[in-house]
Formats: sequence, structure tokens, C-alpha cells
Amino acid sequence: MKKIKIKVNGKLKTVNRNSNLLILIKNLKIQLKKVAIEMNGEIVNKKKLNRIILKNNDRVEIVHFIGGG
Amino acid sequence: MFILLEAGKLTRDNLVIANKKFSSRLIVGTGKYKNMSECAKAIKLSGADIVTVAVRRVNITDKKKPLLMDYIDPKKITYLPNTAGCFNSKDALRTLRLAREIGGWKLVKLEVLGDKKNLFPEMIETLKSTEILTKEGFKVMVYCNDDPLMAKRLENSGASAIMPLAAPIGSGLGILNKVNIKIIRSQTKLPLIIDAGLGQASDAVMAMELGCDGVLVNTAIAKAKKPFDMALAFKHAVISGRKSFISGRIEKILMGSPSSPTEGII
Repeated sequence: MKKIKIKVNGKLKTVNRNSNLLILIKNLKIQLKKVAIEMNGEIVNKKKLNRIILKNNDRVEIVHFIGGG
Repeated sequence: MFILLEAGKLTRDNLVIANKKFSSRLIVGTGKYKNMSECAKAIKLSGADIVTVAVRRVNITDKKKPLLMDYIDPKKITYLPNTAGCFNSKDALRTLRLAREIGGWKLVKLEVLGDKKNLFPEMIETLKSTEILTKEGFKVMVYCNDDPLMAKRLENSGASAIMPLAAPIGSGLGILNKVNIKIIRSQTKLPLIIDAGLGQASDAVMAMELGCDGVLVNTAIAKAKKPFDMALAFKHAVISGRKSFISGRIEKILMGSPSSPTEGII
């Protein structure tokens, strides 16, 4: 299967071509209800992750809450 | 906290922000603790109903890192997403929009900093961000300078709470400008919460005695030699200061006034 390169939280990652955002999140074992996701600078609707197909050079940001003042 | 009315009835003295009631007037930060369990215990002891939290990247390589939500249940304690670390409006807006996306948080704390050393707020960017966020439906608690004119402008821009600094973030210097805080108090009915710079419990008492509605503390508790005891100290300080304020202090006079009757002295 052909691979593409994307960036997840600033780190280069190789994923299968035609895989979607939901597959990526599942593979990373991330609990969806505890995070927010941004794709190329745009916030994505967490309910529609399977409709977002990953493309070469996509930038994905996954954030959550941590301790802070 | 309860207050006693003149008729002898007890009534709740809640902190109300954006129509939401909170029983504690102490808000605590969740940063700078040794670990998550220390943080969770200190928060419990402080009695706080609201904790500030930061929005950061998920660590995708080390998944064993403890998660804040596993230690502090957002169903039991109100998370107040904060934009700490943002130095312009764009980053602050991005952070809070993401925070809202995590789980519908609308009550947020806006903090746009202007200088990496003194960490003073960049008020032009703060004002701009307050306007935009308010239009987007956020309830914005705004970290700001102890400047009455800026506080007024924030209020006019739709802020849900005014949060002037006592002193630079993490400095522990206490309230540097009591007069300005009093002026801000006299001009606004919005919740006024002292944010940043407190060093010890008596600073919180002072804030409350100046008429503030609450205080936000992080470093003073997290970095105290005994954080758990300091969390308790701040809890009681806020209650004590609030009670003192609403009780109405006596007039200051120059000379002495005996406490015992002068009549009937033998």
C-alpha cells in the first residue's frame, strides 16, 4: 500500500494513503472525548473524522488540557 | 460559604460568574505541582470549584503520561481553559476555540502576555480578543493590568469578569496597587477577581477586604514548602477576607478609644 507523509503535533508520521483522521486517532490510541483536533489550521468536527481523508503534507494538531495557571 | 443575615437567617454567599453560581471564591491553577496527585489533593483541600487549565499538544510518543482529566474530574470541578503562553490575539483565539471543541467549554480565561520577562498583559491584544470571543459566545474572564481605564474598556467589550493582576505572574509580591484595585471595584459590578502575584494567605485576605469577589492562585500554593497546608490557608483566607469585607470594618481614628467603660472606675 502506498504511503504518505503527514505531520502530527509537529512530528513527521507516515500513514497509508487514503486513510482518514479517525483511523489516525484510533491508531494513536487517543480518547476522542478528551481532545480537540485541528487540520491544517482549521478545527475539525470530531463527529466527522472518518470523512476527512489524509493527504500528503497535512498538518494535524491534537490538543488536550494539562495543568496550568 | 454562608453569611448570617440580620434576621438570624443563613444565606449562601456565592460567587456568580456569567449567571453560574460557585460556592468557593477561590480559583486555583493546576500548574507547577510536582505531580498530578499532589495537584489533585491540593485542589481538594483548597475547596475551589474552578481550576484553570492549559491547552497543549497531546504527547503522541509517550502515552503513559498521566492525564489531568484522570485526576481532576471536569464533571465535579469547573475547568477554566486559559490562554497562558499566548503572546498575541491570534494564538489566544486559536487556543480557546480548541478548548471549546474539547468539550463545550464557554467560560474561559483570556490571558495575552506582552513580555516574556515581566509577563505583563498585552492589553491592546487582550481587548481585541475579548471583543471577538464575546461575539462568538464565549464568557470571557479577562486577565488584565490593574488599570481602571482598561478595566472599563474590557467591561464595555463584554467581559464576564475582570481579573487584574496583584503583581507579575508567579512573583509572590502581593497586591502592589491597592488604590487601583479599589477604584476598579468602585466602578464595576462585574466579578472582580485578583489574578496573579499573590504570595501568601494574607494577600488573599487583603484582596477580599478590598472588595474583590475572588482570587486566583497557582504558584503560591503549588510552590509553597507545604502545598497542602497552603491550599488550606488560602481557603480560609478567602473566607476570612470576604467575611471581614461584608461585616463592615470600623472607622480608623488617630487616637486611642478604650474598650472598657470609663465610668465606674475604682
